[in-house]
Amino acid sequence: MSASFTLDGRTIAFAEGKTIIQAALAAGVYIPHLCYHPDFKPHGSCKLCTVKVGGRQTASCTTLAQAGMVVESDTQALNDERRTLTQMLFVEGNHFCPSCEKSGDCKLQATAYDLGMMSAHFDHFFPSRPVDASHPGVLLDFNRCILCSLCVRASRDVDGKNVFALCGRGIKTYLIVNAKSGRLADTDVALGDKALQVCPVGVMLRKDKGFTVPIGRRVFDLKPVSAYVDASAAIEKE
Amino acid sequence: MTGTMDPVAQAVAATVARYRKDPYYILQMLREIQEACDWISPEAIDLLQQALRLPRTKIEGVAGFYAFLYTRPRGRYRVLFSDNITDRMLGNMELLDYMCGQLWVERGKTSEDALVSIDTASCTGMCDQGPALLVNNYAITRMTRERVDEICELIRNKVALADWPREYFRVEDQVRRKDVLLGSGLAPGDALAAALARGAEGLLCELKASNLRGRGGAGFATGLKWEACRNAQGKARYVVCNADEGEPGTFKDRVLLASHADMVFEGMTLCALVIGAGKGMLYLRGEYRYLLDHLNAVLERRRRRNLLGAGILGWSGFDFDIEIHLGAGAYVCGEESALIESLEGKRGTPRNRPPFPVTHGYLDQPTVVNNVETFAASSLIAHRGGAWYAGIGTSASAGTKILSVSGDCARPGLYEYPYGVSVSEVLDACGAGDVQAVQVSGPSGVCLAAAEFGRRIAFEDIPTAGAFMVFDHSRDMFEVARNFVHFFAHESCGFCTPCRVGTSLLRNLMDKLKNGHGSPYDFAEIEKLNRILQSMSHCGLGHSACNPVLDTIAKFRPAYERRLQQKEFEPAFDLDWALEPARQMTGRDDAGAHFTTGSGEGA
Repeated sequence: MSASFTLDGRTIAFAEGKTIIQAALAAGVYIPHLCYHPDFKPHGSCKLCTVKVGGRQTASCTTLAQAGMVVESDTQALNDERRTLTQMLFVEGNHFCPSCEKSGDCKLQATAYDLGMMSAHFDHFFPSRPVDASHPGVLLDFNRCILCSLCVRASRDVDGKNVFALCGRGIKTYLIVNAKSGRLADTDVALGDKALQVCPVGVMLRKDKGFTVPIGRRVFDLKPVSAYVDASAAIEKE
Repeated sequence: MTGTMDPVAQAVAATVARYRKDPYYILQMLREIQEACDWISPEAIDLLQQALRLPRTKIEGVAGFYAFLYTRPRGRYRVLFSDNITDRMLGNMELLDYMCGQLWVERGKTSEDALVSIDTASCTGMCDQGPALLVNNYAITRMTRERVDEICELIRNKVALADWPREYFRVEDQVRRKDVLLGSGLAPGDALAAALARGAEGLLCELKASNLRGRGGAGFATGLKWEACRNAQGKARYVVCNADEGEPGTFKDRVLLASHADMVFEGMTLCALVIGAGKGMLYLRGEYRYLLDHLNAVLERRRRRNLLGAGILGWSGFDFDIEIHLGAGAYVCGEESALIESLEGKRGTPRNRPPFPVTHGYLDQPTVVNNVETFAASSLIAHRGGAWYAGIGTSASAGTKILSVSGDCARPGLYEYPYGVSVSEVLDACGAGDVQAVQVSGPSGVCLAAAEFGRRIAFEDIPTAGAFMVFDHSRDMFEVARNFVHFFAHESCGFCTPCRVGTSLLRNLMDKLKNGHGSPYDFAEIEKLNRILQSMSHCGLGHSACNPVLDTIAKFRPAYERRLQQKEFEPAFDLDWALEPARQMTGRDDAGAHFTTGSGEGA
């Protein structure tokens, strides 16, 4: 550790080449995030991890830490904007937490709670997104997809496959699987694939087990997302 | 042997061979397959996948990103009406509806005999000779009802596009005012000969002395960009010309490429000389497909005259060539890092920056990306010298700017002026009377009201990429802003949350106001969306998506207030409005099919 910057007044040491969020999480300081995952190349798309550096806002997952930087993160203004982003993610998809198996283990839900989101605020888009139940072991419920591309990156970079990809554009962007039929059953996905473990929401559900941990005792029922040093690892262990 | 192959296999084999199985050319291959087969079928993707050894997801992801590529059948004749506000003002929507009626096809759908589809596209760059449309990506200008009738007849009779009357496809330059650039009379090779006499270092000095700034809108100093690229570490260097002229209302690059292509290519060659590049690429927007053969012919002529290729003009070691890449309907690819992604055959998603293209551009190598007009101006500077050029325009904005003037004026077309020209001078020249507003630099630029017409076109006052759209007092500025907001929502790449969702929320808000359900609350919502788009978006598209709304609210508020049914609160949900689909389905419109309670449109 050769250098440091300040984050909301705290001194954060970092090694050269680390991003702001990497240094912060390593020091046990939480910055809200959804598309960031410590095991993967940063993407910078959800923008939840946006911080203020020298008066300019920037995604902390794609910005390298520099010595002497003054970074603001946990401020009313930034958290207000992050809450708005979370609301945007809720209304563009179909998120019905009470009936979702991932409730309590979902980073989107946990982040929304943590940011004090009380309503969706905007009108829902109610998009039509059919589920894919073709695979014997996994159900894909695209209604919950937030387009973070973690499964895309995991399949490509860890599993050495390309089971998932983003298709379409703009508000019509959607997740596709690597099969002419468009069905997961016709891909080379395997139950042990990292791609099936990393979803921060509830798109990928194992068919053979459900509710093994009862609601009330799940990861984010025990403590808020901001209290985890590595929330991704906590939900993937489940 | 190829004679027995089915047409899809033939088309795929031909394009794969043409691009030497190089997966970086996947976008060009997809485009060519569609030209041959009318769409990109699952079978075509099978064959591409086998030939290129690419995952299917990669090919589908790219094909799905670009508006002009179809992975579902879209008809043999694919008609797209340009839908810039200037086309609207010339009645494009009436013509579209008329054509749909004549051909018995619903907008956005493919006819049941798979013959034709009719839809809209973002501005096709023909604003001075609209309403315009594209048929299978070929531009047709000056549409009239008679021309719609004729085209319908050609389509019904399945006449091949190549046999349609040539005058449909005539695109005029309409240069109304020339200055040093459009009137230069520079012959091919003039600038290169002057540059070679000075040497690469001398040329760079002239360029820096000229104070030339990028003409794409951002205005970065061209000399500094070339120097930074030359000094960057890399295995190879690239010159990229951004001809993805997608900003609605802009069409000056179209004219430069149609009538001054040598100046543009020569500017790219000069850049190659300075930075030491061996390869250049011109990214031509898909809407300008009709220019492709012409541009390739110019390139071929330059090769024959040793203005391109190995040992240019006898200068040993100066090897450089240029190829043309066509886009396929994605405004965001005008952003330089998205353009580079697209050149690499990927989805046009802007990269995380830094690093910038000058150090990590095409194939992660040092790359100069400049606008068409910037390269043309570089040729002029190489020929006439930097000090001469710096003496034109204002102290902070050297040289001239080509404006694309359209909308309510007697003489739309191109106007080249030294920087510092006032808005009112341009309005006088183009014959615009009774002017209510001018939108400078397109939807992402600024909307000016009459009190501001004394302001000047210059980086220090009103910077512009070239669009200059004029609106007289008969125009509804709310509808202008609503058109622009729909444009941004359609063109958002979908990568980042604020822009992907925010532009659609903004579009819905504007539609809500249009439908008479708006309230003062919605102004606060618009401001909130603006804040988040400005501060959180990944690239300039999101940053500027609220500009047209904020400008028009500030300057033309009555156009919005007219639409507010109540000054206090208006619920977004209207029972009577919600019944509309049921009325359509049952064909009823009697009193019993309406709710009469509440305000709004009931009964």
